[in-house]
Amino acid sequence: MKPARRTTIIASVLLIACLSGVVFTLGRVDRLRSGASLQEILYISSPKVLKRLSLGYEGLLADVYWTRAVQYFGNKHRGYVENYRLLAPLLEITTYLDPHLMVAYEYGANFLAPRPPLGAGMPERAVQLVESGIRANPDSWKLYNSLGFIYYFEFKDYGKAAEAFNTGSKISGAHPFMKIVAANMAQHAGDFGMARMLWTTTFESTNDKQIKYNAVAHLRALKVEEDVTNLEKLVSLYQETTGHVPAHLSDFVSAGILPGIPVDPTGHPYKVMPDGTIQVRNPDDFPFITKGLPPGYQPLALDFSKMKLETPR
Amino acid sequence: MNPRISYIAANTFREAVRDRVLYNLIAFALLLVGAAILVGQISIDIERLVVINLGLTAVSLFGMLIAIFIGIGLVSKEIEKRTLYTMLSRPVRRWEFIIGKFFGLAGTLVVNTFFMAVGVFAALLYVSHHLQRPDAWLLVALYFIILQFLMITAIALLFSSFSSPLLSAVFAFSLFVIGNFAEDLRGFAAMAKGLTRWLATGAAYVLPNFSALNVISSVAHGEAVSRQLVFYNSVYALFYAALALCGAVLIFERRDLK
Amino acid sequence: MTAIEIFGLEKTFSVGFWRKRPRRALRPLHLSVEEGEIFGFLGPNGAGKTTTLKLLMGLVFPTAGTARILGMEANDPRVKAQIGFLPEQPYFYDYLTARELLEYYAQLSGVAAKDRRKKVEAMLQRVGLTDAGDIQLRKFSKGMLQRVGIAQAILHDPKVVFLDEPMSGLDPMGRREVRDLIEQLKKEGKTVFFSTHILSDAEALCDRVAIIHLGELRSVGVVADLTSSMHGKVELIWQSAVVPASIRALGAECHVTGDTVRAVLAEDKQDAAIDALRRERLRLVSVTPVRATLEDYFLQNLGTENAPSEVMA
Repeated sequence: MKPARRTTIIASVLLIACLSGVVFTLGRVDRLRSGASLQEILYISSPKVLKRLSLGYEGLLADVYWTRAVQYFGNKHRGYVENYRLLAPLLEITTYLDPHLMVAYEYGANFLAPRPPLGAGMPERAVQLVESGIRANPDSWKLYNSLGFIYYFEFKDYGKAAEAFNTGSKISGAHPFMKIVAANMAQHAGDFGMARMLWTTTFESTNDKQIKYNAVAHLRALKVEEDVTNLEKLVSLYQETTGHVPAHLSDFVSAGILPGIPVDPTGHPYKVMPDGTIQVRNPDDFPFITKGLPPGYQPLALDFSKMKLETPR
Repeated sequence: MNPRISYIAANTFREAVRDRVLYNLIAFALLLVGAAILVGQISIDIERLVVINLGLTAVSLFGMLIAIFIGIGLVSKEIEKRTLYTMLSRPVRRWEFIIGKFFGLAGTLVVNTFFMAVGVFAALLYVSHHLQRPDAWLLVALYFIILQFLMITAIALLFSSFSSPLLSAVFAFSLFVIGNFAEDLRGFAAMAKGLTRWLATGAAYVLPNFSALNVISSVAHGEAVSRQLVFYNSVYALFYAALALCGAVLIFERRDLK
Repeated sequence: MTAIEIFGLEKTFSVGFWRKRPRRALRPLHLSVEEGEIFGFLGPNGAGKTTTLKLLMGLVFPTAGTARILGMEANDPRVKAQIGFLPEQPYFYDYLTARELLEYYAQLSGVAAKDRRKKVEAMLQRVGLTDAGDIQLRKFSKGMLQRVGIAQAILHDPKVVFLDEPMSGLDPMGRREVRDLIEQLKKEGKTVFFSTHILSDAEALCDRVAIIHLGELRSVGVVADLTSSMHGKVELIWQSAVVPASIRALGAECHVTGDTVRAVLAEDKQDAAIDALRRERLRLVSVTPVRATLEDYFLQNLGTENAPSEVMA
């Protein structure tokens, strides 16, 4: 007189079958909906309305929006221009719902401001975003850093950049580089050293993985550009003295000019071309370089999944 | 279909009606009429949007409340009140009882939704004076809402088979809320690491995915719903409801009645 | 054939939320009931009567043991069509009317559609509820609910009827009716198994009884055999207003009414009592043997915890 065995067996088998069915179909449904959830969110694009609709749970809603944004702009989606147009309203909504969500402002500075395909190409909106962040978080030096960043790299307005870095450097806890950058802006704006300091500050002051990867990529690009510039100078000197372009960079080694064959941050040696220019072995490894590229090279979409996260010195 | 299941389903429907559940339709109708008239002052396009968004959201919420508040008592109330004693001493198998109750409540919700749908279309007609082709997608949205009801009913029934009404209500309601953010939960899970990631992903897959069944805003903007989505959503909802019902059957099958 | 066979049916409940304490509601029970019998299942409250019935109905699962009804396992749905059950203090769906409830139950018991209406009406008439047939059950009095309960138990013409405390809550008229009904059922060839703690009912109705106490079966047998196993009693009546101490010392139960004392004591003490009265010079009016009742049997045997007796018919 136990519970009916036949029922138990059938129900158990059915349970497992249904569970597998649930997991399988859910996967399918997910794939069909991958873009939908983001579009749906933005049907209500007014931050004020959203705040009212959230019935006091703005923080939670901000987190939801932020997660969707990050997921959407995660590794596999980055680099596709059409998607960036959703980034600005998403960040604006997120920061309106939660003005203290710092990472959203950092994201704006890093990905809203730069020109496509590396960013949304909206530097003015990025500035507005960061400035509203500064109003809500006056004690955050990171936001001044972000502001200076945008002025420096996108607007090339060194005056405003210096101002931002200066103000930020006065806040306690500010990264020591900020003061140096502010002080040296007048003379060294546009230098490699300045850029390196800025990207290093970014790398060290953020916890967001994507921003870190982005900073590393830039630092590597800087190294490459520096190397290429220096190597090309060496090559033209060599040409002046010997009358021809070296066939291989190892000629520099045998001539005693360099201690060893120069390698790029991924460890591959640079190549010297017959026309005297220097090129990197795999341009795809360096998304942000403007020098050392073979002519007619088209940059690929960014893919951070292959990168490692160490700062090259 | 098994005659006893249909008798139990019919009686469950009768119980819901006599419980004056269908009076909710009056509240719904008032809400919709009020909104339609209020919104009739504003310009075109917005009115349509508001009526559809408000109407469908109300259908979904009202139905969800009914599903939960009746669902949680389906089994526990009968155990509490001992009405099951004379029921189970008859040639009714315990699983037939569960399935019958499910169909009874599901049927009540379908009827309820039907009347509400008529209301929504009537309000839409009132504010935009004629129906357009994209309005047909409303039917798909309503169908998805019914699928949600099936899932929630099965969930409430599952909890009812072992838990007190209060706890069941809390669980079922929480699942409804979480289920609407299920996609975000999977997003959170994807960003976690190690054991947390596995547990979170597992949980996210077992939780009911109501967000995929919520196409109210797309439909309000006149957007189509892909046939594939309709198919997979249907299969998903049916699998999920069946899953919860299997659980309910297994639990109830071996329960000692006090 | 044997209508009911119980083989070692046992139930232990785990009580308590954190530390489960076991409560033995029923010790291994062995019992059999023949077809056509009226069988009484007697015992004080909490003895295990209802637990036994719930086990037989499949409402509760046994810790050990099995039972067979009409030759089939008790849980078998085929058996359910041939048994009827009236629980103690029955509850029914209060939103249904009596007619609707009986119709519904008739459906579930597999009564053919064309016979249902007739059977329901016949039942209502039999239990005297024809006029109240369309009133909602929530408005029914306890007595009326009990009648509905009986109606639903016999509506599908079952071979074995189980009644749990069928007289409870009924006034003397109602109890009379139930007694008559049970006798009627026996005449129809049905087996009736009912539990009660009212011994006079059992004495009047039952062919055989079983007595259960603290979850354990104490005796089974024909009533007359059980009572006759007891020591006889005598009733002495004398004229006086006093009860001599010597009489009391013999363990007599005395009632004083006006100037007459009525004392009941054990048969073997009869002579000693008569002597005592003579010594006191009290006038003996009568000496009458008294038949032992089931109540006496009950009190004598159940007063002592560890004295089970078996008197088989």
